[in-house]
This record gives sequence, C-alpha cells and structure tokens, in this order.
Amino acid sequence: MSLVRAENLTKTYRFGDIAVPAIKGVDFSIDPASFVCFVGPSGSGKSTLLNMIGCLDQPTGGTLKVLGTDIATLDRRAAARFRGENIGFVFQDFNLIPVLTAYENIEYPLIMVQEWPAKKRRQQVLRLLAAVGMADQANKRPDQMSGGQKQRVAVARALVSNAKLVLADEPTANLDHDTAYRIIELMRKMRDEFGTTFVFSTHDPKIMGEAELTFVLEDGRIPDGAGKGETHHV
Amino acid sequence: MSNVLKIAARNLLRYQRRTLLTSLLIVIGMVAVLLFMSVSGSFKAIMIGQFTDSVLGHLEVHRKGYVAAIDALPLNLNMSPQAAVKVEEALKQIGDVETWSPRLKFGAMFSTFVETTSIRINGIDPQREAAALPLLSGRLGAGQKSGPLLAKGEIIVPALLASGMKVKLGDTVVLVTTNRDGSVNGKNFTVRGIMEGLSGPGGRDGYVHIDDARELLRIPDAEVSEYVIRLKDMTHLNAVAKQLKQALEGLSNTEGKPLLEVHTWADLSPFANIARMIDVLTLFIKIMLVAIVLVSVMNVMIMAVYERIREIGTISAIGTSPGKILSLFLCEGLMLGVAGTLVGSVISMIVIYALNIWKISFVFGQQQTVVLSPSLGLGQVVAIAGTVIVVAALASLQPAWKASRMDPITALRHV
Ligand SMILES: Nc1ncnc2c1ncn2[C@@H]1O[C@H](COP(=O)(O)OP(=O)(O)OP(=O)(O)O)[C@@H](O)[C@H]1O
Ligand SMILES: [Mg+2]
Repeated sequence: MSLVRAENLTKTYRFGDIAVPAIKGVDFSIDPASFVCFVGPSGSGKSTLLNMIGCLDQPTGGTLKVLGTDIATLDRRAAARFRGENIGFVFQDFNLIPVLTAYENIEYPLIMVQEWPAKKRRQQVLRLLAAVGMADQANKRPDQMSGGQKQRVAVARALVSNAKLVLADEPTANLDHDTAYRIIELMRKMRDEFGTTFVFSTHDPKIMGEAELTFVLEDGRIPDGAGKGETHHV
Repeated sequence: MSNVLKIAARNLLRYQRRTLLTSLLIVIGMVAVLLFMSVSGSFKAIMIGQFTDSVLGHLEVHRKGYVAAIDALPLNLNMSPQAAVKVEEALKQIGDVETWSPRLKFGAMFSTFVETTSIRINGIDPQREAAALPLLSGRLGAGQKSGPLLAKGEIIVPALLASGMKVKLGDTVVLVTTNRDGSVNGKNFTVRGIMEGLSGPGGRDGYVHIDDARELLRIPDAEVSEYVIRLKDMTHLNAVAKQLKQALEGLSNTEGKPLLEVHTWADLSPFANIARMIDVLTLFIKIMLVAIVLVSVMNVMIMAVYERIREIGTISAIGTSPGKILSLFLCEGLMLGVAGTLVGSVISMIVIYALNIWKISFVFGQQQTVVLSPSLGLGQVVAIAGTVIVVAALASLQPAWKASRMDPITALRHV
C-alpha cells in the first residue's frame, strides 16, 4: 500500500477572474519508508504539491490520499490534528521558535500538539537530540546555533512525535553545500533508523542525487510519470 | 497550561522594553486610580463623618412637612408626645440603631443686653445628644470640650454669632421667643461654650437644654421637633431608613396620610451632592484606566501577532490547534495585565501607607484641621485589579483570535 497517492491531482489558484494553474493533473505514488525528492525549476509547483501532501492546502481537482485519508475530506481543525499526528515539517528557514532552546523546540510538539507525559517526553527528546547529533547543544537558543544546527533541531522536531511522513520544502536552500549535504545525509539516516518517509524538494542537482526516487516537475506536470530511480522497500 | 505560560512569559521578556513600557502604563493607571479612590474616599468619609457625627446624625425623623418648612422652625409642626413615644418604640425595635436624640427647635432673639440678633436654637438632652453626635463636643472651643455638653440654664453659642456680638464664656445672655399662642417669653442663660461653625444645615445653631426650651416655649408636654438617629453601621443606612419608614407608616393623621417622615443625612445635606460628584469623578478615572489598559495591551498584542506571523504559521503547520494558539497569545496579554496589576497594587499600598505616616491635612470651612487618612479596602483593590486583568484579556482577545485563524501557508510565506 502506498503512503501517498495522487490521481490526476490539480491545483488552480484563483484571484477573482484570473486562474493560475499550478498543478495540472499529476499522478504519483510514494511508498512507506521511501526517500523521495521533487525537483523542478522555480514556479514548477513543488511547494504547491508539498503543501497539499502536508494537508496545508486543498487540491482543486483529482484525489490525493495521504496515509489512506482523502485530504479533501479534512476541514481546518481535522487537518491540523491530522498533521499533528502523522506529518512532520522541515522548513527552508528552519522556523524554530526563537524563545525556546533546542531541547524545548524539539519538545514543543509533544506538549502543544500531542500531550505526552513528562517522563516519556524527556526520553523521546533526549533520544532525538542524540540521533541528530545535538545532545551537547540542548540548551542553546536558535540565535546561538548555526544554520546546520538549526536544521538538525528542526529535523528532530519533525520526527519527535513519531510522524510517518516528513515533508521538507527546500530544506537546504539556506545552507552551504557541505552542510546541505550533511542534512540530507541526516534525513536519510533518520529514515533508516525510524522508517519515516521523507519527501523533500530542491533545486540543487547534487542534493537531488541523494534521493532514491526523484519526481521531476515541469510547469505543474510530471512528464516522466513514474519517477526516476528505484523505490526503496523496507 | 504551565508550558503555555512559560512560552508566553519568554515572549514577553523577548521584547523587554515594550513589555516594560506597557506594564508601566498599567502600573501608573492602577496607582492613579487607587490613590484617587483612597484619598477622595478618605476625604468623603471625613466630611460625611463631620455632618453625620456632629449635626445631622445618620437619620432624622420629623413630622411630615417639617423639613420643607425647616427654615421657619415651625412650632406647629412638632411631633405630639404620643407620636414621639411611637417613634422611640419603633427605634428600640431596630437592632441597627445605636442611639437617638430628641430635639426641640425654635427661632429666638438672642440678646446681650447691649445688642440683639436672631438665632436658631436646638433644645437638646445633653447626654443623648452627645451620644448620638460623638463629634459635637469636638466643635466646642478650646478648654470647653470636656464635661457634660450642657446643663440647665446654659447655652452654647455659635462662634460666628459670639464673635460678632462679643460674647465670652460665662456671660449672661437672654433668649426671647414667641410661643405658639403668640405670647412672648424670655429666659436668661449662661454661656457654657462657643461652637465652631460648619457649613451646611445646622452649622450655626445654638444649643440649650430641652427642658429650658420647653419652659421658654411654654410647652408642658414632651413635644419633639426632630429625632436624630445614630446607627451602629452606616453601611446599613438605606435598609434601616426603609425599615423605620415601614415601622412609622402606621401613624397617620386625621386625613389618613402618613404623619411622620424619615430622612437620611444625604437627603438633608448639600454635601451629599459633593460626595456624589466625587463618586462620578472616580468613575471617570476608572473609565480612563480601562481605556489605557485596553489600548496599550491591544497595541502590544497586535504588534506581537504581526511580528510573529511566520512563527504562527510554523506552529500551526506542525499541528497546534487554533485553540492553543489563541491561548498562547491570550496568556501573553493576561500576563501583562497581571504583572501591571500586581506592581500597581503594591506601589499604591506603599504610597497610601506613606501618606498615612506623613499625615496630609487640610482646612475645611472654619473647622480645625482635618487629617486625611487614606485607606483602601481589599475589596476595592481586588475589584480594580480584576477589572484591569479582565480588560487586558479582552484587549488581547482580538489579536489572539486573528493569530488562531491564520492560514498556515500564507503565514509561512509572510516576510
Ligand atoms: N498562493 C498563491 N497564489 C497564486 N499563485 C500561486 C500561489 N502560490 C504559488 N502560486 C503559483 O503557482 C505556481 C507554482 O508555485 P510554487 O510556489 O509551487 O513553485 P515552486 O516550484 O515551489 O517554486 P520555487 O522553486 O521558486 O519555490 C507559480 O506559478 C506560482 O506563481
Ligand atoms: Mg517553492
């Protein structure tokens, strides 16, 4: 069973009479525990697609099933709950909460989104801090961390509530090449360790080479339907 | 919940200067209101006390129509002895009544054998009058305050009249009056005391013993012009007034109309209007405080939401429910209110304490200096603090609501 399945998926933005088609009918499927990349030129629809997979936005046509749920059926509140339970996010600009330490940023979803008991929470946060190699930086605030360190914390935050799917829209765009490469490595290591599916987007050809399955988006379409590369199976 | 508070507190500390300025505004507002309330409250209490405890009592009972004609001191509107007995019986029944004093009032000519003028006289029972009006003897001149208020054959002269007529203690004066039947009668008195004036009704009255008054007026029966009533607790004023009215309702004249009427001190004194003005002023100052808190907290919270749009987008994307986001921002505004309130209350208490040590005094009319002793009831502080906190919460409600309704994609894209 696939984790994400899109059938003839479309998304058209509308401003009054003007319609901007961003996704023009795509079909793809993503298996559990895969490491997937969407690439394409600027404006090709990568962010639009990832937003829909992340249940942040609704399709205007076709169907999109994430973990077996047709996301068109989710209202605002249900979508928020669905994201909190199943999906982790890594952002281009890290988006850590500035007033919280690394530890507290990772802990945040376990407090504010899910309600884990304190002891279990602590174990989980420490485990992820160690997994992303930030155990010795636990008490630093975001403004005391480098970009790479921030993104490591962000990856830990995305994984902390045992998400089955992590979406990362251009997670390396604000990092230098070496750091970018190491973040992608970290994500793949996390996939191996936790079995979480990672879907990310990028412009960078070297980064896209790290993906096991690559979909190329061009002007809202995926010309080469199946995607390049072999699908990883657990 | 404690985590929401923690995050809210950290966010407030992140913008230290802004938080400080806003709380300062709330603190200043709180202090202004609380100080105004305590000082004006103290002023009001002292002034009201002067009237109730040295002239008017808390309540007065008259025959119907007497108060309307009080300037003429009409002898034909006195209460009959039977009615007076009924009043006293009724007063005995009411637990809140501490004591009462009957008065027989009349107008007379006051003569020093050299000069003559008119005077208003209260015939009083010295013991009862002193008990019902504990501050009355305090208005007597220096050296005259101790001992019984008055003995038979003695008169207390108002200071204004004494200085104008050059009357001294121990002088013999004569009172001449016309009684109800139109015949004239006179009697000699020794000046026992000179009483400081007090602006307002009864502030310039002379006092003689009620028995002398009856003799002078040739009233053999125990007629009474008015009863001055002192309550144990002035806060029960209106309730007791009502109770007394009901108790006296049974007494009616030949036409079946009520014979007696009950007035509170406020009905009889023009100072009641000043007291009311003070209350209105207090209300306006409270409204200002509400406005200050509302505008300043709303302003900071709107800024806070605007500056953190991307942060809101982030926490919303990772699944924080709208309710939690709302509570995060609501807590921030609430904490501002609570912090300002706490500091404001503490500063106010300290200042009020200091005012009591320094003893602020002022002179009222011809009276001896009155020392203000501002005080604040816990209830008043709690009410103001509660208002500020509620207003702070209301002020953050709109920005917090806006934050909780934000679309995560739009918020995340915000630069
Ligand atoms: N909120 C929106 N309203 C209207 N049009 C939009 C909106 N978001 C995206 N678009 C349009 O949809 C198309 C796809 O945009 P999208 O952001 O998905 O591209 P992208 O592949 O992520 O580009 P980039 O690499 O620059 O991030 C573009 O033509 C863009 O102008
Ligand atoms: Mg994009």
